[in-house]
This record gives sequence, C-alpha cells and structure tokens, in this order.
Amino acid sequence: MTIEQRLRTYILDSFLFTDDESVLDNDDSFLEKGIIDSTGIMEMVSFLEQEFGIQVDDEDMVPENLDSVSRIIAFVSRKRALV
Amino acid sequence: MGAIAGIADLGGAPGPTRAELSAMLGAMPARRPAGAVYYLDRGIGLAQGLLQPAAKVAGEGRNQPDVRVVCSGEIYNRHELCRQLGATSGATLPHLLAALYRQHGTGCVHRLNGQFAFALWDRLRRRLLLARDRVGIMPLHYSLQRGRLLFASEIKALLPLFDQAPELDPVALDQLFTFWTARPPRTLFRGVQQLLPGELLVVEGGRLRRQRYWDWEFPVEPDQYAAAAPDRLADELRALLADAVRLRLPPSAAYLSGGLDSSALVALMRQLGEGPPHTFSLGFPEAGLDESRYQRRMAAAVGSVHRQRQCRPAEIAARLPEAVRHAETPFLRMAPVPMSLLSAEARQAGFAAVLTGEGADEVLGGYDIFKEAAIRRFWARQPQSTLRPQLLRRLYPYLPLQQQGLTYLRGFFGRGLEQAARPCFSHLPRWTTTAMCKQFFAAELKAALEEDAIAQLEQELPPAMTRWAPLNQAQYLEMTILLPGYLLAAQGERMLMANTITGRFPFLDHRVIEFAARLPPHLKLNVLNEKYLLKKAVSGLLPEEILERHKQPYRAPDIAAFFPGPQPDYVMDLLGTAALRRNGYFCPRKVERLLRKARAGQTLGVRDNMAFVGILTTQLWHHVFIDGWGAEERRRDRGPDRQQRIAGA
Repeated sequence: MTIEQRLRTYILDSFLFTDDESVLDNDDSFLEKGIIDSTGIMEMVSFLEQEFGIQVDDEDMVPENLDSVSRIIAFVSRKRALV
Repeated sequence: MGAIAGIADLGGAPGPTRAELSAMLGAMPARRPAGAVYYLDRGIGLAQGLLQPAAKVAGEGRNQPDVRVVCSGEIYNRHELCRQLGATSGATLPHLLAALYRQHGTGCVHRLNGQFAFALWDRLRRRLLLARDRVGIMPLHYSLQRGRLLFASEIKALLPLFDQAPELDPVALDQLFTFWTARPPRTLFRGVQQLLPGELLVVEGGRLRRQRYWDWEFPVEPDQYAAAAPDRLADELRALLADAVRLRLPPSAAYLSGGLDSSALVALMRQLGEGPPHTFSLGFPEAGLDESRYQRRMAAAVGSVHRQRQCRPAEIAARLPEAVRHAETPFLRMAPVPMSLLSAEARQAGFAAVLTGEGADEVLGGYDIFKEAAIRRFWARQPQSTLRPQLLRRLYPYLPLQQQGLTYLRGFFGRGLEQAARPCFSHLPRWTTTAMCKQFFAAELKAALEEDAIAQLEQELPPAMTRWAPLNQAQYLEMTILLPGYLLAAQGERMLMANTITGRFPFLDHRVIEFAARLPPHLKLNVLNEKYLLKKAVSGLLPEEILERHKQPYRAPDIAAFFPGPQPDYVMDLLGTAALRRNGYFCPRKVERLLRKARAGQTLGVRDNMAFVGILTTQLWHHVFIDGWGAEERRRDRGPDRQQRIAGA
C-alpha cells in the first residue's frame, strides 16, 4: 500500500469511523473539518511514528506538516528521505 | 422527606387508585425505606414515601384538611418558619408547607431555604401546585397520559402507568451529545417532562400553567455590584457559608475530594460541630485521577474520621448498568459510577446525609472553562497576537503548544473568536468538540433532528444576559445546564439517593448564590486565579498545600474502565451490530471501528472517550427502560388485560 492509502485508511478508520472514501478529500483541513480534537494530534503522531518508522519532533507538530492527508504525505516523504 | 408521586385527573379520566399510587412508589424503593402515606380524593391521588418512620403526623389526622402536601427534600429554615407561622417546631414538613401556602399562596416558595420538590393539593380551589427548588437539586418529573397528569420524583415511577413502552426523544439525545445533558423540561423520554429549577406548575381547571419563580441573575449596571472592600466581602462570605453549613448539620458528615471546596466545608464543620466530622473520599489506582494525598492531608488537619473508597476500573465497569438505572439518562463520562459507590460507603457507616462542595465552582468562579474563556477573550481583542493564546498552555499542559503551534490553538480554541459578543462564547469550543460525537448517530436519528442544539439554546437565553459581564454569562451557562442536568442529577442526587443518602449543598444556599452574583467578577476569577474571594475567606482555615494546589477536576476512568478488559458481558451484547441496529440510534459500522480502536490499545482522545461512554450508556438506557418496560410490567403482575396487550404489541 502506498503512504496515501495507509494514511487514508487510518484516518477514515480512526477519526471518521467509516470506509466511505468520499467523506475525505486529501486536501481537507483536519482542523477546519473538526476531524481531530486537541487530544487527537497525539494519536496521529503515534500512528505516524509506528507506521512509517519516522520520528516526529515537537517542532514538527505544526499544521503545515500534519493538517491534511496531502501535507502528511509530503511530511512523511521528507522525513524518510532524511533517514 | 422521601419520594413523592401523584395522579391528577384533568377532566373525565378514571380516578386514581391506591394500587396505582403504590405501583408508582414501588418503583422507587430507595426513596421510601420506611413506608408510605397515601391520600386519595375525587380526581386526585398523592403518595409520600418516607425515609424515616412517620412520627405522629401533627395536624394531618384531622378530617379532610383543605390543603394536602407531599414533599421530598429538606427545608433548612423550618424553625424560623414555624416561629413565624406560630406552628409547633415539631410540625412535619408537609404540614409546614400547607400552613405557609394558606398564608402566602403560590408565593410560599419564596420563603423557603432548602432543596425540595413538592405537590400541594388545594381542595377547596381544586388546584394542584407542583414546585421544585431554586437550583434543581430535588427531581420532579411529569407526563400527561390519557387525560391524567402523572408526576413523581423519578421517571421510573411514571412508567408503570404508561399504555405503551416509552420512547427515546431524539432531540434530548442530541442535546446530551452537545451539552452533556438534556435541557429541562426535556428528558430522554419522549413525553416526560421535568420541572425547571425554580419553577412552579399550577394545575387548575384541567389546564397546566408553568411559572418561573426564581432564576440566576447578575448585575446589569455598575452600581449593582457589591461595593465593599474585598476583606469585608471575604468576611461576609465566610459568615454566610458558616451559616449555610450550620443549617445543614447534623450529621457532621461530608464528601471530601481534597479540593478547596469540600476542604473548606469540612473546616467549617469542624468549627461548628460537636465532635470530629466524618469524611468520605474516593480513591483510584490511576495516579492521574487519585487525590488521596490531599484528602489525607485535610482529614488530618481537621481530625476527621476518614474513610476512603478505592475504585478499581473493573468494578466501575460492572456497576455502570445500575448507575444508568438510577440516573435515568445516558451520560458521557463514567464519573457518576464511583459516586454511587461512595454513597454506599456513607450508608454503611450509618449516615443518612452528607455535605458536599458541589456548586462552589459555578457560584464562586472555579472552572477552567471560565479561564479558557477569559484567555480567548483577551486573545480576541488582538486576534493576530501570537503571545496571547500561549496562556492556554497553563490550562492544557498536554497540548503541543510551542510557538509554532499557533494554528492548532486557533483551530481548537479560536473557534468563534470573532463572536466574542455571543452569550455562548465561553462554551462554543466545548460544545462543538462534544458534538463531534454525533458522527456515530445513525442516519435515521440524524434525520429526526431539525434544529441545531446550540442555536435552539441561544434563542431561549434570558434577554438581559447580553448585558452581563462575560464571566457571569459563562457562569449562567454552567449553572443552568451542566449543574442541574448532570452534576446535581446523574452524578449527584441520583447516585446519593441510590443508597438513600441525602446530599446537602451549602454553596447552593440561595443566600450564598445571591451574595456571589453581586460580586465584581474579578473577585471570583482574578486574572487567572480562580475562586479568589473564597480562597481569601477560608485562608485561615486550610493548610497552604490545599489552598495553593492546582485545581483538579473530578474524573473516573472512561474507556480505561473497559479496555484492555475483560469487559462485563453486557458491553459486547449492547455494542454488537444486532443490538445497535435494533435500537437504531447509532451506526453499527462506526461503533465497530471505535471498538477496534479501543481494543488495539491506542491512545484515545477525549472525544472517543465521550463517544464510547455515551453510546454504551444510551444502549444501556434503552435496555433498562425501553426493553425492560414490558418485563417490569409483567413482574408487577398487573392483570391479564394488560399482559395481553404487551404480549400482542
């Protein structure tokens, strides 16, 4: 599975509790759509670390990196390129 | 006094019978441990459950008195009232209320200091009066069934007289999944209402008239605030609190959380009481929830006889169905369950009443949501500021709140930042976060909902509210929604009365409330220092450690009470696809995913915890009250006619 597929499956499954692909656009803002709450970010981060073997530092935890599927794909790819 | 129940014919309906009244009281055994008294007359029936064996019922043995009263709760100024009325101080509460009514009519409620729900029958005018205390401590529910008004302390007492199984009110569930409680007069049961706090229901000539006699009010003009120096106001507050405590003793027993409010009460009790107070506390194995250290510190400081009830997660999970049965509503947090274990502890120790610190945070400005709102307002004045929102870090240390995390702050707490003038400004982040739990609602349930719960609430707020100080607006929302709907009910009186314990709430003495309402807001929340005046008032009575500790909200384990498990059988039975589909409230596939997430042992956010507890307790509620309705009927063996109807349904 591609990063995109794994990520989408996770978000649909764990935050939207559905397999209906149509409810999530890759550019949807998680914040604006209320997809994650303030305690949800840590859930997301622990998934990313586990699933993609990257380390998310405190300063990485910004919406520019984490607030949509597209942004996370870019972020994970960057991180992996550094390893 | 204990349970009340009654039936009034609104015109041409069958007369109430003793058997019906007895079935009603029979549904509330914990509120009538010492028997019952009944009154029947043409078109009216009243029943009174007794907490203690009836003494000689003074004045009520007379033939056909013109006014009959059944009452639950307590009146704390009864000696003063007896004096004014020239009654003997041994007069029973119903007798006293009848005398007061004869003198003041429906205005009698203004004379009362206490927590009460009563029904009064004026035989000559053929008028029925139902009344509930100012802040909504004692419950009182009613329903119209076949031309008759049924009323009782608990909803489960009304259900035996229903013709059909009760149903869930989707709007009430929508409110619960927004505000943590249905908003009165609604209950979770379609067609069952409750009196609002501070409300009268007058039934005359077959018609019902609701009338508010009290509400929380705040200054609208600067000169309406208390003007005295803070030191004097602190003295006044201490004196008022001491008197509120004094009126509620004996017994000298209290719940002690280890926080400021209950500690202050226990210290005042020590000063006023004959001997050492008895204190009751909850303990949890999870360090983040446990406050034992502070409880022991305070118990030692006043020399109380201290008992702690340890609650293990598995035990909390096992006791949930019983808690839902007593609460008669679903809830979004597991916190009510341990409270029922604590009241059992008090009962076992031989007590019939305890004092609690409930209400202090609402009345004197203690909640984090008040601080959160103050910071958001401060931020709203300069929305571009990157420094102002950083103050939120003080409230929510778990947030990733580095300098760069500003967009996150904006996402979570900046909601409606541009709408600082809305009276609901303070609560929008909480309510919108909670409302995300509605994503689990089944499509049919969503279809039954028309109006947004928050928009509906805003239409019903008092017009004067826009002229109140922002803190007072936030206080009002807490005092009128979460306090009566959840804290005093599902987590309060219902869990106390499950074990026949009367809770007493000195901070909710209306004199304390009315005094605090006039305080300038900065004497409640002083910048970000909560309950400023209360701390000042009791500073000489409490150890520094208690006065200065960081406020910890009372919490119990939520999903953590069930996972990793093993779970009690009922959990998977009620959350299985078949049960979810049958009830039709929640989407089975979504719930399955939530369960998978919980089983996987992932870190779960606040929202998932609320959703899980909300879904499980709604299913339990349905199981107990909807599915259980026929069973209950059959158990009572109410005749072949009825049984056939149920079987054929």
